[in-house]
Amino acid sequence: MQTTTPLILIEQRNSEHTAQIETYAVTAHEKVTIPVKGMTCAACQARVQRALQAKPGVLDASVNLMLKNAAITYDPAMTSPMGLVETIRGTGYGAELAAQDQTALDEQEAQDRAQEEEYRELRRKALLSGGIGLLAMTLSMPLMGASDADVHGPVADPFMRWAMESLTPAIHAVAPWLYTFAPWVLSYALLALTLLVMGWAGGHFYVRAWSAFRHHSANMNTLIAVGTGAAFFYSVLATVAPEFFLSRGMLPDLYYEAVIMIIVLILTGNALEARAKRQTSVALRRLVELQPKMARVVRAGAEVDIPVSEVESEEIVIVRPGERIPVDGAIISGTSAVDESMVTGESLPVEKQPGDRVIGGTINRSGAFRYRATTLGADSVLGHIVKLMREAQGSRAPIQKLADRVSGIFVPIVLSLAIATFVVWFVTAETAPAVRAFGAMVAVLIIACPCAMGLAVPTAIMVATGRGAELGILLKGGEALQRAGEVTTVVLDKTGTVTEGQPTVTEVILVSGTKWSERDLVRLVASLEASSEHPLAEAIVRHARGLSLTLSTAEAFQSLTGRGAVGVVEGIALAVGNALLMADNAVDSAPLTQAAERLAAEGKTPMYIAIQGQLAGLIAVADPIKPTSRAAVQRLRDLGLKVVMLTGDHRGTAEAIAREAGIERVVAGVLPDGKVAEITRLQRAGEIVAMVGDGINDAPALAQADVGIAIGTGTDIAIEASDVTLMRNDLHGVASAILLARRTMRTMKQNLFWAFIYNVVGIPIAAGILYPAFGMLLSPILASAAMAFSSVSVVANSLRLRRARVA
Amino acid sequence: MSMMEWMVIIGGIAAIIWINWYFFLARQVVSNAAIALEGIQEVAIVVEGGYHPALVSVKRGKLVRLVFDRRERSGCSEEILFPDLGVRKFLPPFRKTTIELTPTETGDLEFTCGMSMLRGRLIVQD
Repeated sequence: MQTTTPLILIEQRNSEHTAQIETYAVTAHEKVTIPVKGMTCAACQARVQRALQAKPGVLDASVNLMLKNAAITYDPAMTSPMGLVETIRGTGYGAELAAQDQTALDEQEAQDRAQEEEYRELRRKALLSGGIGLLAMTLSMPLMGASDADVHGPVADPFMRWAMESLTPAIHAVAPWLYTFAPWVLSYALLALTLLVMGWAGGHFYVRAWSAFRHHSANMNTLIAVGTGAAFFYSVLATVAPEFFLSRGMLPDLYYEAVIMIIVLILTGNALEARAKRQTSVALRRLVELQPKMARVVRAGAEVDIPVSEVESEEIVIVRPGERIPVDGAIISGTSAVDESMVTGESLPVEKQPGDRVIGGTINRSGAFRYRATTLGADSVLGHIVKLMREAQGSRAPIQKLADRVSGIFVPIVLSLAIATFVVWFVTAETAPAVRAFGAMVAVLIIACPCAMGLAVPTAIMVATGRGAELGILLKGGEALQRAGEVTTVVLDKTGTVTEGQPTVTEVILVSGTKWSERDLVRLVASLEASSEHPLAEAIVRHARGLSLTLSTAEAFQSLTGRGAVGVVEGIALAVGNALLMADNAVDSAPLTQAAERLAAEGKTPMYIAIQGQLAGLIAVADPIKPTSRAAVQRLRDLGLKVVMLTGDHRGTAEAIAREAGIERVVAGVLPDGKVAEITRLQRAGEIVAMVGDGINDAPALAQADVGIAIGTGTDIAIEASDVTLMRNDLHGVASAILLARRTMRTMKQNLFWAFIYNVVGIPIAAGILYPAFGMLLSPILASAAMAFSSVSVVANSLRLRRARVA
Repeated sequence: MSMMEWMVIIGGIAAIIWINWYFFLARQVVSNAAIALEGIQEVAIVVEGGYHPALVSVKRGKLVRLVFDRRERSGCSEEILFPDLGVRKFLPPFRKTTIELTPTETGDLEFTCGMSMLRGRLIVQD
């Protein structure tokens, strides 16, 4: 079982544009409670209350002296919580906004609810107007019979004509009475049904199109509104004033059922798209749902269940086996195995004992324990992950630039093309020019779909970041994803990345003939090193504790940089360090030189031990490689990536580790600055570099690399400087992240290709380019079906990433 | 060609020219942010099929308070993004949502919907 607990703290990188970004979710007539400091009497209370009530935008303010807060109802259009805080401060009292607990979590929940409502509404509208559409088709049947045999006729849409002709015998048999109505009665009935569908189910298309138009902009709704609107008004004219057409040698064509069916199909497409879009954020939703609603805490000596939002920092929380851990914290008493897979992707439960950190939202498997709550709400690990994911999902990938540019000019160009189509058909068609021109124009307007282009990249990013989170890979955004997909070289930091990052004692060798036992030697050396803060010293002390040795206090301790340490323990003079230190103390290290050289060649750090001026033995410390490193490096190489290891260690140690991990290229002896220089050198050589590291020392290198990957147990600084954060302390995540990024890029490219090609091919076909050669003309109804399908197919393609096998 | 056909050709060309003029060339109205009492620049932006106003001129270095008033349920406008700032915010339907930021550099700061179909811009000036 693993015993590591990733420490995560994710900060948003501020852009150069802002010194400060603060966002608050507020609603009309929103309420806010602001803690007020420094109020001592009723006069203070009255003063703050008066100031707040006098402030424009404040609808109600009540200041409570006992609770030391101000509950304010305000209009967010006129003021903001920050403004209210300023007002309170203006009265001479302190005020601070309460932490926006679980903002990202709450926001995600609210968004989910809104999306669900939108989907239901669209589905209801699509189904009901679909029913009306069928009715309209039935009512149109008798009008068909009245039409002339040519392409003209009261039912103008070619697809509709075909469908109705096939169904006519059946309708004749089932409802012969339908054919007894006068054509004008049916026409007006159709007009009424169409108005109903346009007004009720499709009304938002027209409202939004008009709203956009007034501001010189055009979008999807513009195309739908112009297309269906033109068809509708044409039909109304044919209904109320048929002589206008007849007098010009044209038949009064009706497009009512076409208008209804176009709206039905677009609504159906929108509903499917809304449902599919909901699925793109399913991973995020699952994370939000991890947050338990209640927590059991100890208050006044008693166990009480309280809502998780009321848990305070430093409060004692109790968790029983099988329960979800409510908030982040550190264990005080009890041990357990905790399933952290939902946050880190690690499938094995993690052993926890007093002092270990637990993450809110993870599941306590075996034992009961008490722990002290630490970070809460928005500052919690889960809160950070959700926030990071929401930001990542809203970010853009550079690949989207082209789509952005095209969709910015798309609609006006399609409007122009539609008019051109009308003109060309009107002038060139030999028979029924007006009908054909009109049908082709409407088809062009309806088939054009900027939505698919808009959806191509964002949906892929959303699904990919969700999939990543499931695997314990947090991606900072679209740009990070795109660059990670293009990486050619992976640079690994040695300590803590390839290796465990924690030196351990591997060997203790006694010089022949010494009177000291191994336990004595370790006890004395550990007693000396207990005064040192060097990582190697810590390893020796840990080793001694592991052997249950009792340590003494060292006197006259002296740490000698680049040599070792000297001091007196239990009246015995000790020197622990390298050959230089032995030489300084006139100790002959020759008997163990060979052993020391062998250990160094294996990547270990040997330290000579001299007692009372006599060589007594050798202690070797090494930072062993992680058990997963070798297989993970192989996976990186299988992906065609060059793997380089960078380290501040000297060559021998570095090469030994690299050999063990299967890494061919090593750059040893580099300082933090040197790491940046090495990455820059690789970049100049044309490589796209991913840097993987975990330490503060790595932060500049992580930032310099094209993709900075911070690996588990990482520091805040490293994670802030990184593009990808691996929740698990294992190199497999690097290969998975790069593979996921590549898959995502492929999906984005497929989506963009499909979205572009769909319009590039679809619009000319709708305009009738196939007519001269094949006599084919696209019905506006089929055009609307194609359009609905194009958006849905792009989202569906992105959703395939949910099942991407990248682990 | 008949008179009718000539009329359609001329009418069509005129319509195309007008469309391109209207959407690409006609000047959009730039709204100035009002300076509120505390020296905060405040703008109310209606979200309905687009952003109204879509162009807002603000001063550099002063807190800008954008109040997005979303008056529709359409999923298209459910999110507001400031891609350059890494800001992403959900706009609940039929509610007002406030975003505050302080631009520190002059130039354009674009904001879009989640799918970057709807767009607006802050024009940051000295």
